[in-house]
Amino acid sequence: MALTGIQIYKLLPQTNCKECGLPTCLAFAMKLAAKQVELAACPYVSEESKAKLAASAAPPIRLVTLKADGHEVKAGNEVVLFRHEKTFYHKPGLFVRLKAADPDLAAKVEAIENYTVNYVGMDFTVDGFALQADGDLAAAIETVRAASKRPLILIGEPQALESGLGALAGETPLLYAADSSNWEAMADLAAQHKCALAVRGASLDELADLTEKIKAKGVEDLVLDPGLNAEGRRVNMATWLARATQIRRLALKKNFRPLGYPLITFPAEHQDGAGEAVHAAQHIAKYAGFIVLDTFAPELLYPLLVLRENIYTDPQKPIQVQPELYEINAPSPDAPVLVTTNFSITYFAVANEVEGAGLPAWLVVTDAEGMSVLTAWAAGKFDAERIAKAVKDFKVAEKVRNRTLVIPGHVAVLSGELEEELPDWEIRVGPREAVDLPAFMKQALQTA
Amino acid sequence: MAVEIPKDSWPGSVKEVTLGATPAEGGTRSRTVTVGGETTLPFMHFEAPPPHPPAIAIEIKSRRPQDWSPLLGELWGAAMNAPAEWARQAEDADADLLVLALDIEDTVDDAVAAVQSVLQASGLPLIVWGPGQAEKDNELLVPVAEATKGERVVLGICEDKNYRTIVAAALANDHLVQARAPMDVNLSKQLNILISDMGLPLDRILMDPTTGALGYGIEYGYSVMERLRLAALQGDAMTQLPMIVTPGYEAWKTKEAKVGEGVPAAWGDWQARAIYWETLTAVALLESGADIVVLRHPESVQNVKQAIANLMTPA
Repeated sequence: MALTGIQIYKLLPQTNCKECGLPTCLAFAMKLAAKQVELAACPYVSEESKAKLAASAAPPIRLVTLKADGHEVKAGNEVVLFRHEKTFYHKPGLFVRLKAADPDLAAKVEAIENYTVNYVGMDFTVDGFALQADGDLAAAIETVRAASKRPLILIGEPQALESGLGALAGETPLLYAADSSNWEAMADLAAQHKCALAVRGASLDELADLTEKIKAKGVEDLVLDPGLNAEGRRVNMATWLARATQIRRLALKKNFRPLGYPLITFPAEHQDGAGEAVHAAQHIAKYAGFIVLDTFAPELLYPLLVLRENIYTDPQKPIQVQPELYEINAPSPDAPVLVTTNFSITYFAVANEVEGAGLPAWLVVTDAEGMSVLTAWAAGKFDAERIAKAVKDFKVAEKVRNRTLVIPGHVAVLSGELEEELPDWEIRVGPREAVDLPAFMKQALQTA
Repeated sequence: MAVEIPKDSWPGSVKEVTLGATPAEGGTRSRTVTVGGETTLPFMHFEAPPPHPPAIAIEIKSRRPQDWSPLLGELWGAAMNAPAEWARQAEDADADLLVLALDIEDTVDDAVAAVQSVLQASGLPLIVWGPGQAEKDNELLVPVAEATKGERVVLGICEDKNYRTIVAAALANDHLVQARAPMDVNLSKQLNILISDMGLPLDRILMDPTTGALGYGIEYGYSVMERLRLAALQGDAMTQLPMIVTPGYEAWKTKEAKVGEGVPAAWGDWQARAIYWETLTAVALLESGADIVVLRHPESVQNVKQAIANLMTPA
């Protein structure tokens, strides 16, 4: 947690020597709090104060980056419990687990590596692979690296993992996992090969003990697995939610360093009947940093990737779509022309209704600065002038034969003015809500 | 190291709302369903166990729907032609509640007959939605409310443009209402105030903050729900109502659920994808505070049921 200027001032020599270039220690402290100067500018600050200030500058949840050639997956550095308080920053990495001894390893890696799905103009992929060291790990890594350069999570005991690390020089894989029985060997291995290290324990107490011990051995890029009970089985959804929430609260509200790390989860391992998809959805919503799936299936990955995108969308920036003329269901030049704004939820509500009903249409998405119809109208960002400009800029009249323009029912008041702006067009008032568009188009516009 | 777990304690709590009435309570339901009563954020057992599990409603219609996904048409089959049979099958599919959505084509007699046939076929508490057009809603819901007096049916959907007639019908016939506002904390609050100003007690109002499906605006509804629940716990009385959301309706109108052909191969198997779409929308909303989720597919119902069982009992 960042210190205030006054808190920093108390750690400074308070001699007002001016050697830092500022008139007083208080002024220097204020600049430090605002991150406008470096602490090194003060020649007299004590070692103890330096350590305290450095610790306070570190993020409450450590940013852990898994690296491979050209790919990075980051987790951590989150600052809120609820996305509406600011935003969630680093989407949890989605990894698929494969077994080193799997005879079909190469084919599976290739299929997963090639998986791409498009969602509202963005291409999503799997982030990396988790390899279970149940066979020749070095050979398996070679197989994976022949098809993919994505980051790796290596799962197994220290000796088994060590055999594979030689092949990953220059990368930062995640080793899974250190526990109370093997933590020294794991920590040595992670330190020697500059890996990130996952830590598992049956309670927050055990996890906090382990991370402190491992950190003392010089390994700081840690990831927590809080999902096990004392018998080594996975906890259920209620317990997982409680632990994930407690860990994030401790990190953010108490600045509790021993648990200030991202989390790793294994949705398929929870044998509680809820299923891999449901657990993975919970982990996306509530605080996972790395998610290791055991199932590679497009029908599962696609909704999970979309959920992750939705939850990690910055709520302070309404997502907008590009203002342009959109074609829905391959419209002919005689298909109706509808008008809406470029607020993403408005756009998708309209496009989805029309597309879902199988009706062809041209959709003029005007630049309303990302606001919904009523909000934009009230703010003067969706008026006759802007609509007319969009119709002209997008050259609608060149692509469309008919001259009927349908505006949202909420802005019926614009019809008169719009008829003046666009004298060649007949302005029709459509329904207020997108959900009523298909019926309106079938009845009022007689669209087949 | 003994880690001290930070616990939140809140001044406010969510009202308990009971749907349905048994014969002893003046209705005919075989059981009632109570939701709400939370004193902390969803499923934080270490602070206070949630007093009631979230409930699952299955949505059926008074007439065979023309615009539902073919997957649902194949699944419910002939039952979709008769609301009573559909209701029986929905009860067999483990619903806690039924939603009966009336159709725009229904006459008053059709609507009353459909509601009565469903009440006879199933002992579950009932939510009745009008067709969603203000005049028609009022025309159908008033006689439905009169014909079911004392059943503690939930009448919906009240919106800021049309709530007076529905609320009056609920007041006169011992029913409840569903109050929907478009994904906005203040609009939800305002509608709750308008409805309670008419004299309907808060324990007869379910708040519907509106949601979007996965991929179609779920994040807006999700955050509005988290904010409404935080406001309720902080003591804002007009937000202290259980939340009902409609992931089934939202998910099944998406292309991902509705369409099987001519879609990208990366979308995978149609049926499995459609059920994941509904299930994951519902699960995300449970995490953000939903008390009632309205679903359409029995497999999603089973998935969500498992999730609720899991969330209600730490293990």
